[in-house]
Amino acid sequence: MSEIESRFEEELGARDMPDPREAQAPHHEHPSAKEYIRIGVILAVLTALEVATYYVDVGGALVPTLIGLSVVKFALVVMWFMHLKFDSPTYARFFMMGLAGAATLYLVVLIIFGIFPVE
Amino acid sequence: MASLSVPASGRGLLRRPTANTGFWSWFTTVDHKKIGILYGMSAFVFFIIGGLEALLIRAQLYQPDGTLLNADQYNQIFTMHGITMIFLFVMPMSAAFFNYMIPLQIGARDVAFPRLNAYSFWVFLLGGLFLYSSPFLGGAPNGGWFGYAPNSTTDPSIGMTFYAIGLLITGIASTVGAVNLAVTVVNMRAPGMTLFRMPPFVWMGLVVQFLLVFSLPIITIALFQLLFDRRWDTAFFDPTRGGEPILWQHLFWLFGHPEVYILILPAFGIISEILPVFSRKPLFGYQFVVFSGIAIGFIGFGVWAHHMFAAGLGPVANTAFGITTAIIAIPTGIKIFNWMGTMYGGDIRFASPMLYAVGAVAMFVIGGLSGVTHAIVPSDYQQTDTYYIVAHFHYVIFGGAVFGIFAGLFYWWPKVFGRKLGEASGKVQFWLLLVGFNLAFGPMHILGLQGMIRREYTYPETLGLTFWNQMSTVGAFLIALSVLMFMVNAVRTQLKARGETIEDPWDARTLEWLTSSPPPAHNFDEIPTVHALDEFWHRKYVEDERTGRLVPAQAGASDESEPPHGGGHGSIHLPGPSYWPLVSGLGLPIMGYGVLYSWWLIGLGAVVVLVGFYGWALEPSVAEE
Amino acid sequence: MADLAISPEHGAAGAQDEHATSTGLPNTKIAMWVFLASECMLFGALISTYVLYRGSSQTGPYPDDVFDIPYTSVSSFVLLASSLTMVLALASAQKHDVARMRLWLLTTAMLGLTFVGGQVYEFTLFYDEGLSITTNLFGTTFYVLTGFHGVHVTVGILMLLSLVSFSAADRLPHDAAFPVEMVGLYWHFVDIVWIVIFTVVYLIPTPSPAPA
Repeated sequence: MSEIESRFEEELGARDMPDPREAQAPHHEHPSAKEYIRIGVILAVLTALEVATYYVDVGGALVPTLIGLSVVKFALVVMWFMHLKFDSPTYARFFMMGLAGAATLYLVVLIIFGIFPVE
Repeated sequence: MASLSVPASGRGLLRRPTANTGFWSWFTTVDHKKIGILYGMSAFVFFIIGGLEALLIRAQLYQPDGTLLNADQYNQIFTMHGITMIFLFVMPMSAAFFNYMIPLQIGARDVAFPRLNAYSFWVFLLGGLFLYSSPFLGGAPNGGWFGYAPNSTTDPSIGMTFYAIGLLITGIASTVGAVNLAVTVVNMRAPGMTLFRMPPFVWMGLVVQFLLVFSLPIITIALFQLLFDRRWDTAFFDPTRGGEPILWQHLFWLFGHPEVYILILPAFGIISEILPVFSRKPLFGYQFVVFSGIAIGFIGFGVWAHHMFAAGLGPVANTAFGITTAIIAIPTGIKIFNWMGTMYGGDIRFASPMLYAVGAVAMFVIGGLSGVTHAIVPSDYQQTDTYYIVAHFHYVIFGGAVFGIFAGLFYWWPKVFGRKLGEASGKVQFWLLLVGFNLAFGPMHILGLQGMIRREYTYPETLGLTFWNQMSTVGAFLIALSVLMFMVNAVRTQLKARGETIEDPWDARTLEWLTSSPPPAHNFDEIPTVHALDEFWHRKYVEDERTGRLVPAQAGASDESEPPHGGGHGSIHLPGPSYWPLVSGLGLPIMGYGVLYSWWLIGLGAVVVLVGFYGWALEPSVAEE
Repeated sequence: MADLAISPEHGAAGAQDEHATSTGLPNTKIAMWVFLASECMLFGALISTYVLYRGSSQTGPYPDDVFDIPYTSVSSFVLLASSLTMVLALASAQKHDVARMRLWLLTTAMLGLTFVGGQVYEFTLFYDEGLSITTNLFGTTFYVLTGFHGVHVTVGILMLLSLVSFSAADRLPHDAAFPVEMVGLYWHFVDIVWIVIFTVVYLIPTPSPAPA
């Protein structure tokens, strides 16, 4: 099998046709309830920071800050609450196809519409 | 155990059906093979209807200032022709092939979610029926299959509202089916069947499911926006309130371009199965065929605005999309060369499936060549909205996909029904179709370059377009004759006495031929273990060490040498039939009519959907004794 | 057709102990992630339509006229909290603590209901201030985007309540954590869509046109 084929097989985990029982067994780390609560608190703090921008004038840094904060929140929920960080990379690859695909395609549409000062 | 199903005990809302045979069993079946047949039969009926619409178009255009159809009728007919052929024929027919063959080709007993599979079929059928109820309820869609705003948002007839709702319903069917088949291919292959030992048809199928999954949501939103503009006066495409009609075009073609690859890739898969069998040679450059299929899928998302070159996007956008469009010709070209390489030096038999497969390649090349001319923007300015484009897409869709579908029908008919379609008739029918098709659509290149405009119900005598229009109409009727011949062939084949079934009539290469024709409900007595691409072929033949020629393998050598695998001990577990997919599906057109007529119906439809889903979720896996 | 026993595993979905899946992963989980990937495309279209039309409304009311950021912030906290309770429900399910699982599921549903109720109330306020779905582009794109999101939340609430009642009726499979996990994935997704909407629609200001 060529190298590219092997990479495909690895990415979809088919190489050794593993025993499903192994995949189901919780041998991978589950965050504890405490950790989840910690993540929850971080999320709350980040949200508070976002809301703070409504009250505090940050000038030109407003949009980048807001986008940055929401990206971090997004990532925290996806990676910890949705467990993507600890699960098989297969799920992440499928999800990223959709996420990256959507971001790219719609960005192109908006650029064509001249929504950004670049054009 | 990772499962959503409820324990075997307990009673659902209705007794779970048990019948696997008989007329009513078709309404409750969850067997992928029966569902495949249901898809195939429904799709063929829509093919006939779409064909009749085409004949009406061609009859109207036979002469200048035609009076067979007025402009309004013409608009409805050509719109329904496009919608029917694309959404109600080619896509479901591909679904028929995928549903029937993919589990067999990967050595599985069924798809990942059998009841969801049935649901997809019923929702598709109900969506098609919903669309076809429109002429009786005020008027069929009349804004073209592409429904450009603001024409589609402001047209006073009810047709485009049916369009939006009907395609939303069929879109649900396709999305659900796509997730189902994608998971099936990713996760249910027989032991030893790595991705690169999958038949090319399965690979093309996998790419198609991902195209569906990522493109359908886009048109879903576009259709909702269209629906809301029409029904509830929202401003999405209303320029008087700042809306941008061009947004519709972007959203539509973001779906619409991947859609055309959804239409053609199944045929590419079928061709990739047939050429090796009838050349008695492996597919040349299998990896290239696979990777080019993936590339087509991926790049297919990057070319959509080539449908909008004349829409005023500006030179930068036009150039960018002209480049990506030119690039996407490359992976397709790679396939063509691989197919030619497969045939070269092969021991070729021109049975009907092979004729159709080769015909499909040839016709697609012609369509691809005109497609390349569209990629050049200034050239497209002349071609767009003329019959030159009509010629192009019929060469690729009809010439490519439909010829491919016929190839698949002839090839797999014995697998599904245990008998071959009549060969002599099949060959005559092929040549008739080839002649008729080229006569119908070849002249359209000329007509387009002479300036004949699309989507116009008539043309004046003075334009000098009459002769080729007449030729084209003759061709269309030859096509009709050929399809009629096919139907007669099919009916006669099915009516004659079964006789002895030949399990492997074509001396084929892939796993679906390993089991009986037609297969038993459980597909395989033993799930095969796969050691190579073209596993079935390698079980039949080995290379003689001295001469290098193929000789039959030791009888019974590989089949029984594998230990039983999977559920091979004792009984085989299959999912039981169910009412719920059909019941839940019924809720959708009810909601659809509700959007048209009454909020109460929306509510009722929603209740039916919910009851259907809860019945489904609570259904015991084992029928009550 | 005689001896085709129908086994529980094949009823709907999921990997079965006796049938290896090619990836070792359960069918339903792969299906859910593929579905969520497609939902990215769905909400992407709605959000980019909103962004495209931002500032293009030709008449008011404009966002600044109607938005109540403190109010919506509370809604956002509520939805975020529901993601936390969801994950706690899953943790309880994994420990087979059925009572806690039901409690957290119910809490998640209640928080979700609070969110939706808050949205509905917010919409009525906007409507009273003259913003309907047909008033202008802002009304059209705002109500449709948040409406789609709200419908998704509502479906999620139905699924959560179903889990609780199925559990109470002992109709969940023995490994209840799996369906809880699946509903959880959907629920978190609905939450992350809101994270984007809250920022893009509410927090990033839309310049109101200067008065004529």
